[in-house]
This record gives sequence, structure tokens and C-alpha cells, in this order.
Amino acid sequence: MTEVSTPTGPAIVVKGVSKRFGDLEVLHGIDLRIDRGTTTCLIGPSGSGKSTLLRCIAFLEEATAGTILVDGAPLGFTEGPDGARTRLPAPSIRAVRAKIGMVFQQFNLWPHMTALGNVCEALRTVRRLPRKEAEERGMAQLRKVGLENRAGHYPSQLSGGQQQRVAIARALALEPEILLFDEPTSSLDPELTGEVLNVMRALAEDGMSMVVVTHEIGFAATVGRHIAFLDHGRVLLDGPPEEVFGAPRHPRLEQFLETYLDRGAATLV
Amino acid sequence: MLDFGLIIKQMPAILAAFGVTFGIWIVSMLLAAALGFLVAVARRFGPKPLDWLLRAYVEVFRGTPFLVQLFLLYFGGPYVGLSLEPIPVALLAMTVYGGAYFSEIFRAGFEAVPRGHVEAAECVGLTRAQILRRILVPEMTMLVLPLCVNMAIVLLKETAVLSIITVPELTLVIGVIGSQQYAFVESMFLLALFYWLLVELCGVLGRWSEAKLSRFRFAPS
Ligand SMILES: Nc1ncnc2c1ncn2[C@@H]1O[C@H](COP(=O)(O)OP(=O)(O)OP(=O)(O)O)[C@@H](O)[C@H]1O
Ligand SMILES: [Mg+2]
Repeated sequence: MTEVSTPTGPAIVVKGVSKRFGDLEVLHGIDLRIDRGTTTCLIGPSGSGKSTLLRCIAFLEEATAGTILVDGAPLGFTEGPDGARTRLPAPSIRAVRAKIGMVFQQFNLWPHMTALGNVCEALRTVRRLPRKEAEERGMAQLRKVGLENRAGHYPSQLSGGQQQRVAIARALALEPEILLFDEPTSSLDPELTGEVLNVMRALAEDGMSMVVVTHEIGFAATVGRHIAFLDHGRVLLDGPPEEVFGAPRHPRLEQFLETYLDRGAATLV
Repeated sequence: MLDFGLIIKQMPAILAAFGVTFGIWIVSMLLAAALGFLVAVARRFGPKPLDWLLRAYVEVFRGTPFLVQLFLLYFGGPYVGLSLEPIPVALLAMTVYGGAYFSEIFRAGFEAVPRGHVEAAECVGLTRAQILRRILVPEMTMLVLPLCVNMAIVLLKETAVLSIITVPELTLVIGVIGSQQYAFVESMFLLALFYWLLVELCGVLGRWSEAKLSRFRFAPS
């Protein structure tokens, strides 16, 4: 079964995705649908598999079963009618992956390149744009995250919040359809999380399709159009925030939120 | 009373020997670094059997004294049809010996590049070759620079061993002059001074390049 690729179809469809590391199965048949132009927040306790799911969608991990469709196109593997999976050739994997941008908890900027260099790298190396055009596009992305005046700075000369905004600009440079975020504010000092969340809010308002793994429950409840609560490698709850967070709450979610509120890590909206 | 007069008279011969030492040192260092780089890349990206083979090479050449390797190549070479003049033997031996050390330096450097930096590059569509060229090599280089300076100093000092296969380098030439002129202490003093000058040069170049690189090191994350 393959979805037909239309501009109105879902951005991502995750069907029966499982992932095992050796003997340990950490995702058990995940089904999830990411609608175009909306923000989906993945929440859940530590170790529930949020990062693993996101990394499977970015193809940084290969799912051991199931399929992921990006814009209707299968990512990494095709599944035959008999359920047998065939690995797709590398160029086709790269083409599908190009629709996806990823932002990491640890920023992962390349330390030997300036902010602009980080943003332009793929435009130059992958798209093979001439320097001038790449830099113009790179500057436009830096402007979007409010850092055009830091273009010549190296990552070591930027604050954590600024580094993460550069990382967002880098992910935007190839104009992906979907942006994935894995706890983008978790390694930031509390006073720096706001600037990053604001950039993400603006992207959401612009109609970017985003999947955000976050412990910022306030952000999830206000920006997320769709909340998926993961527990032990399964999607336990899945729906709009009013439904997921509204009473009556699932006891596991209640327990999860209490832990968070106890830690003072989030203010529940 | 130390008397440098006798030795100063031999300066042209000494400077020629200095040139030999310097030339062998620089050429073999560049070759060794290139060999070490190729070995490190092959071990990281190549098939498993190649990795084992290269690992054996590294173990053998790091595990035995340079003096012994040099002897075997120079005196044992002819038995397997490899008769070379002293200087080519010197270059070959230094390259193979230094290459083993350099490969370990580069291998550790590659491993020290955070996985996330490679993943970020994969996510924006760089191919494996592009990741090597644009991310791994530059990052690895700045991580291993101090170790490379150290290795350059080690190789410089090993050139003194080349005197035993009659390479006309500093140690041999100054030693001969010293014993002919009965100025042994003076000649050894001068020899130490030459090596120390070269080591200092390394240090200066090392500090300079580190300062250049420091602005993009230690990125807080
Ligand atoms: N490379 C790996 N090898 C083995 N086990 C792994 C690997 N990566 C993740 N795991 C395991 O998979 C499970 C899910 O991990 P994952 O990082 O996806 O959780 P998470 O929900 O993102 O947690 P957190 O909130 O702490 O980031 C954990 O039990 C983890 O130990
Ligand atoms: Mg995680």
C-alpha cells in the first residue's frame, strides 16, 4: 500500500514502526500521522522512545519493521505485498531525506565553520550553488532567526540559544517540508529557552510542518496542534491538546505531568 | 676550557649535514603524515580484513624500536632484493615508522569528532565522501594538531639514529668532526643546540597554528 503524493496529503505517515536495539525492542508498532502545516509534539517519560522515533523519521536510525512515508514517498525501505522490506538505493534515500530538516538537542553545529558557513554548507556542497547565491540564501535564513549580525561568528563565540537558532537556520536552508526537533531547549539555560521557542512559534505560524520532542509542556499545549504521548515505546494518547490534556486525564499522563510539575520544569497551561 | 674555534672552521660541512637532517625530517614527516592519514581512513571506512591488516602494521611498527627497523631494512633488505642507498632507506624507514604513529593519532582524532556532527551532515544530504572532506578531516585536524607537533619532534630526534647506516646527517658529521678534532664536548654541545633550535621551531609553529585554530575550538554545547 502506498499513499498517493499530493500537496494536500499528510506530511508524514508512520505505519507500524518498530525498532529494536539487539534484544531490546524500544518501539512497538508505532502509528502516527503528521498533517501538513501543523506542529505535532511528542511527549513522554524518559526512555519512552521519543528520540528513537524521531531519529527513525530522520533516517538516523533504521526502523526494524513498518514503513515511514514522507510526502507519500517511502523512506529507506519499500514494503512489498508480502511484507518483505527492500532497502532503497542511497540517492533515493537522500532525495526523500532532503524533505526533512533536523534540529538536535546538542545543536551539533560544525565548529570550524562560521554561523553563515554552517547554514550555507549544504547549499554549496549538496545543491552546488555558487558562493554568492548560497550566501544570500544563508543570510535570509539567519535573518529569519534574528542572527544576521552574527553571520561571521564561530559557534564557540555564540551563546547556546544563538547556536540553536543557527542550527534551525541550517535546517531551514534546504527548504525542507518538515522540521524535526529533538528537545531543542533541553541543553539551554532557562533564560535562553524563550528565544528558541519564539523562533519555533514563528515557524509554526508560517505553516511549517514540525515534529517536536519536548519537555516544555506549555509550548506543547499552546503551539502543538497535535500531541502524541509515548509510553514504553507505544503511542498511548494521540490527539489535539484539549483532548489529551483535558479531563479526564489518562493516569499515566497524570503521573508524567506530576513528575514534571514537581520538578518545576514546566507550567501546565 | 671549551674551544669552539676548531669546530667553527668546519661550519660548511656542518651546515650541509644540517641540511640533510632537515630535509629528511621534513620529507619523511610529510610522507608519514600522508601514509598515516590513508591508513586511518582505510581503517575507518574500509572492509574489516583491511582494518586487521593495517592494525597489524601499526602494532609491529609501534612495538619495535626504530633502530631495529632501520637495521633490518638496510642490512636485511638486500636479502629480499631491496638494496637501497642510505638516504632512500632512511626516508622509507622514517615514513613507515612515523606513518604507524600518525595513523593512530588520526584514528583517535576521527573518533573524537562528535557523532552528532556527522549526523547533522547526513541530515542535510552530504554524501560519505563529502562528510569526510568537509566535516571529519577539518575537525579531526584541529583536535590532533598538538599531537602532530609532538610527533614531529619525536621524528626529528629519531633522525639521529640514521647515523648508524651512514646517512651524512648532523649526528654523524658532528660526531666525526668532534673525534677528529678532539673536541668531543664542544661538538656534542653544538649538536644539542641544533636539535633544540629545530624543536623550538616546531613549538613556535605549533603555537601559532593552535592560536589560529583556537577560535573555533572548545565550542560550548
Ligand atoms: N543506540 C542505542 N542502543 C541501544 N539502546 C538504545 C539506543 N538508543 C536508545 N536506546 C534505548 O532505547 C530506549 C528509548 O530511548 P530514547 O532515547 O528514544 O528515549 P527518549 O524518550 O528520547 O528519552 P529522553 O526523554 O531521556 O530523551 C531507551 O531504553 C534507550 O536506552
Ligand atoms: Mg530523547
